[in-house]
Order: sequence, then C-alpha cells, then structure tokens
Amino acid sequence: MIIYGVALLAACMVVGTFVGDYLGVLLGVKANVGGVGMAMLLLVTASASTRLRGLVEGASGEGIKFWGAMYIPIVVAMAARQNVVAAAHGGILAVAAGVSATVVCFALVPVLSRLSAKGQRDHADTTGQQGGR
Amino acid sequence: MAILEATLKANGLIVAFAVVGIAVWISYLLSARLTAGRVHGSAIAIIIGLVLAYVAGRFTGGENGVADIPVLAGVGLMGGGMFRDFAIVSTAFGVHIGELKKTGIAGVISIFAGVIVAFVVGALVAIAFGYRDAVAITTIAAGAVTYIVGPVTGAAIGAGSDLLALSIAAGVVKSILVMVGTPLVAKAIGLDNPQTAMIYGGLMGTTSGVAGGLAATDPRLVPYGAMTATFYTGLGCLMGPSVLYFAVKALFG
Repeated sequence: MIIYGVALLAACMVVGTFVGDYLGVLLGVKANVGGVGMAMLLLVTASASTRLRGLVEGASGEGIKFWGAMYIPIVVAMAARQNVVAAAHGGILAVAAGVSATVVCFALVPVLSRLSAKGQRDHADTTGQQGGR
Repeated sequence: MAILEATLKANGLIVAFAVVGIAVWISYLLSARLTAGRVHGSAIAIIIGLVLAYVAGRFTGGENGVADIPVLAGVGLMGGGMFRDFAIVSTAFGVHIGELKKTGIAGVISIFAGVIVAFVVGALVAIAFGYRDAVAITTIAAGAVTYIVGPVTGAAIGAGSDLLALSIAAGVVKSILVMVGTPLVAKAIGLDNPQTAMIYGGLMGTTSGVAGGLAATDPRLVPYGAMTATFYTGLGCLMGPSVLYFAVKALFG
C-alpha cells in the first residue's frame, strides 16, 4: 500500500521536527535544531530495519520515492516564492555581505573535504594492520 | 473570467502542480535545445522561478514572490517549508548510514566553520561599510549566516527594524547565490560525492540554498547536504546572540 510508505515518511518528519523544536526550546533558541536531519536519520534507520520491511518495500516504497521525485519541482516552487526584490534592493551592503560569505564558504569546501579524506586515510593506516576495511 | 479566477483560487495547490510542471518542462526543453544539456534543466527551472518571483514582487509589492498573485497562491504552499522539508526527508530513502559515518567529524566541523566564517565575513563587510556599533555589526553578520539567523539574532540583541531588513536581505542574497552558483562551482570544489556534499551542506547552511543548489547539481547528493545543513540554522541562532555577539562587543564595545 502506497499510503504505508507515505505514512512512515510523515511520521518520521513529525517526530524529527518535534524533537528539533523541543531541542530549540531546551537551548533557548528560536529555531528548529536539526529536525529535518533527525527525521532523515529516522527514515534511514526505519528503511534498514527488517521489522518495518512492509512499510518500505514494493508499493509502500513507491510512496516514499514519489516525494523524493517531487523534490525538484518543490524546490522550483520554493525559488518562485523568494523575496528576490528585497534581495536586489537591500543595497550594496546586503549584496556584498551575502556574496562574500557565499564565496568564502564555497572556497572552504575543498579544504575541509581534503581534511576529511586525510582523516580517513590516517584512520585506515592505523587499523590497516589488523585487516581493517 | 471571474469563474476561471474562482476555479484557480479554489484549487491553489493543484494549480501550482500544473504551473510548476509547465515551468519545469520548458526548462528542460531550453536545457536540451539551447545548451545541449550542459546547463541542468533544474538549474534553469530554479532561475526561471527566481526571475518570476522578482517580476511578481515588483508587480504586487509583496514578499512572497509569485505566491502573492492570488491565482498562484498555491505555489506558496507547494514551495513552503512544510512540503520542502517533507521532500527533503524523503530523499534520505536509500541513503547508506556508512556514507554518513565516513564524513564523521569533518561534517560537524563544517557546520561550526560555516557559521563562524559567514559571520566573520559578514562582520568585516559591515565594518568596511562604516558600522562601528556592536549590535549593528552582529545583526548584519548574522544575516550573512542565514536570513533566519539574522533577524532572530537582531531581535534578541535589540536591533532596529532597518537593520533587521538589511540582515534578511544579506541572507536572501546568500541563499539565492548558493542556489544559482552551486552548479557553476561544483566541479571546481569537487562536489561530486556524498562526503563533500555533507561538508558543503554544513558550510553553506542555508536550507533553501543547499536544497536548490544540490538539486541543480546532482539530485543524488541532496540527502547528504541537507543532513548537515539542517543543523546550521539552529547552531547559528544559538551562537549569534551569544558568543558571536559577545566577541563583537568585546572588540567594539
């Protein structure tokens, strides 16, 4: 049943968002802390579990895949509802702040990425002797 | 005409599905015919969306782009936070835990680095533009983190509405640039595997920017980038009015 998959997805999102909101209140932050991330982890865990197989295999899985395929159209709708006028009219300061922050962070991606790869290699070196992966 | 308008208004979300579908179809056509597939169809669709949002914003004077046109109000629901997050979560289906673990601590570092670096760069720009007041510098800098962190931080430390507007504008510029710029720089920054996508998500952090940028680059990377980006705004809202504000205050009193 397609609805089983959709229901599982919905349940993961509700639980994750709730935990994120709760975490926000606990930390005194006016924002959801990692709700979507936790919902994703729940879905990953649920879809790997043998007990919930009926909710993710066959037609049920199609219910989840459908929403994954709707992701790009939803992002297009999201783009179409941005306050682009405000961004363009925020003046040169807003543009300068936004652009420089973005450019610097783009540039950092390969730097941190290399650190991550190096960490993995070092780890592999130390565990390699015991026939690690 | 009045009947048509009533029909469209009464079926907002359904109209949005049809309209977005047409926009995506045109975009993929343009991608294939004009760029021989070099520019991804979804990248063109996102740009068309942004252009329409700009035109609609000028036309209606509203803040929600196309969604402020009554017959297209459904686009606001379809592209709103609820459907966006639902679709993002669904992309995690089929993700391997192993890929997430491989990035490990670098993923966590990237979130902290992303918030702090964006804040520092934003602060430097504010200072370069002549701001010397700790509240103003912090609010603008927090806007460079994301357009949610900016106003949350500004409101917490008592910034005026003009500063809040400025900080939101900075955040929206960042989000749009991440959406449009990611497919252009993807090759140069090695954004072609799950590990780098997680680090990218943590560094850029703006959920809409990362969602749009990865969709236009390689949809398979979406869950990995979204996973780290989801913690970014929370961390920014946590650090903005506290440690980051105190640091600016220590320097500028």
